[in-house]
Amino acid sequence: MAEAAESPGDPRTTSPRPLMRDLKAVGKKFMHVLYPRKSNTLLRDWDLWGPLVLCVTLALMLQRGSADNENDGGPQFAEVFVIIWFGAVTITLNSKLLGGNISFFQSLCVLGYCILPLTVALLVCRLVLLAKPGPINFIVRLFVVIVMFAWSIVASTAFLADSQPPNRKALAIYPVFLFYFVISWMILTFAP
Amino acid sequence: MAAADELAFHEFEEATNLLAETPNVTTVSRSDQRPPEGHVAVAVDPGGSYGAEDEVESDKTALLQEQQQQPGFWTFSYYQSFFDVDTSQVLDRIKGSLLPRPGHSFVRHHLRNRPDLYGPFWICATLAFVLAITGNLTVVLAQRTDPSIHYSPQFHKVTVAGITIYCYAWLVPLALWAFLQWRKGVRERMGPYTFLETVCFYGYSLFIFIPTVVLWLIPVPWLQWLFGALALALSAAGLVFTLWPIVREDTRLVASVLLSAVVLLHALLAMGCKFYFFQPLPLEHMAPTHQNTPPHPHGVLTPTPPRPTTA
Repeated sequence: MAEAAESPGDPRTTSPRPLMRDLKAVGKKFMHVLYPRKSNTLLRDWDLWGPLVLCVTLALMLQRGSADNENDGGPQFAEVFVIIWFGAVTITLNSKLLGGNISFFQSLCVLGYCILPLTVALLVCRLVLLAKPGPINFIVRLFVVIVMFAWSIVASTAFLADSQPPNRKALAIYPVFLFYFVISWMILTFAP
Repeated sequence: MAAADELAFHEFEEATNLLAETPNVTTVSRSDQRPPEGHVAVAVDPGGSYGAEDEVESDKTALLQEQQQQPGFWTFSYYQSFFDVDTSQVLDRIKGSLLPRPGHSFVRHHLRNRPDLYGPFWICATLAFVLAITGNLTVVLAQRTDPSIHYSPQFHKVTVAGITIYCYAWLVPLALWAFLQWRKGVRERMGPYTFLETVCFYGYSLFIFIPTVVLWLIPVPWLQWLFGALALALSAAGLVFTLWPIVREDTRLVASVLLSAVVLLHALLAMGCKFYFFQPLPLEHMAPTHQNTPPHPHGVLTPTPPRPTTA
């Protein structure tokens, strides 16, 4: 907090420390998603910057270059955005209605950060699609997407499952499964 | 501690039945009554009728007398009461919708005064996504055998599927409930279902379409029709068996019109989904692929004669 109180007018003393601090926090959460362990970091210091960056990246990368016939195309930017945020909000509401004791923004934070493996999958798919199309191309993409889908589910379950009573865990996890499944489908069917 | 909470909630449910009949009594301890999963009607209601649970309003006023405060519809806990189910209960309700038995009403047997919104909401969401995804998959599979078919992700179909399924799952129960409320005066013995129960059994009845839609991937037309007919029969049977205790006291004309309308709407939904999302492949193969086609979504079934230029 002392860093935030620095005077903004003097360019020599205004160091980018708040920004670096936030970036470090975001980076730390990315590492927690990639190597999920039982830890409270994502829940305690939630932020929505990471999910926003991931969501925008995903939506931008899912855009196709050519202006096709409108009905012919993949998801529009707005569609991806709406699906991710609306889906995350719905899952959070569902979890709270079932009696979970996680806060609204903590849950959004976890769900958003756990899109990271799927974003990596999309990057890999785009690279693979530069090569010659064919069944091997498709099998590689399918394998990558499946692995990253499983990784996302495991990561989000590690954080979210403890907040539900044991007799309702499956009810709370199933919508997460559906959510990441739909995102994986969008990634797998992407064709430039 | 969770067990005691569950018992307390059940206590309120039976208390609402008692209180609706005799508003001035207080609830009794449950220690000498049957376990909560037993049939509520036997322990509580000597008249054998379910008239106590007719309107949602009487339930809520009974709760008011119990709790001294009303969970208004603007509070979160009001909606939380609709999600008060366990995994085992949801699975049991799904199984009940898959295997309808004559004489066993889904509402009486499986819902037992505790309708939930979790099942209908997520079954509809799953069905909408599965419809769009498998519809898209059929195009992918068709393209493998016939490379001339143009593949596109067709993402707008998700929106269409979602809107259709959710409108069906909410508007049709609303109309049905309103109609049954209107005909309430004819019935002596049994009160109609609450709106929530109607939405609930409609939502659960849609579950069987999820595996059916996945099985529609198999590109054998008569098999697709067979699966569709089977799913429709099971689903409609569940609806009819659930509605039968309500309508059987009505006049024959009203009963038969109502039941046939319910089955017809269900059949229309099934066939509409089949035609919109799963095009018969040979006709799709004949669809013209040159540029001056009218701008309609690819693959909509248009039984036009082949154009001269594609001959």
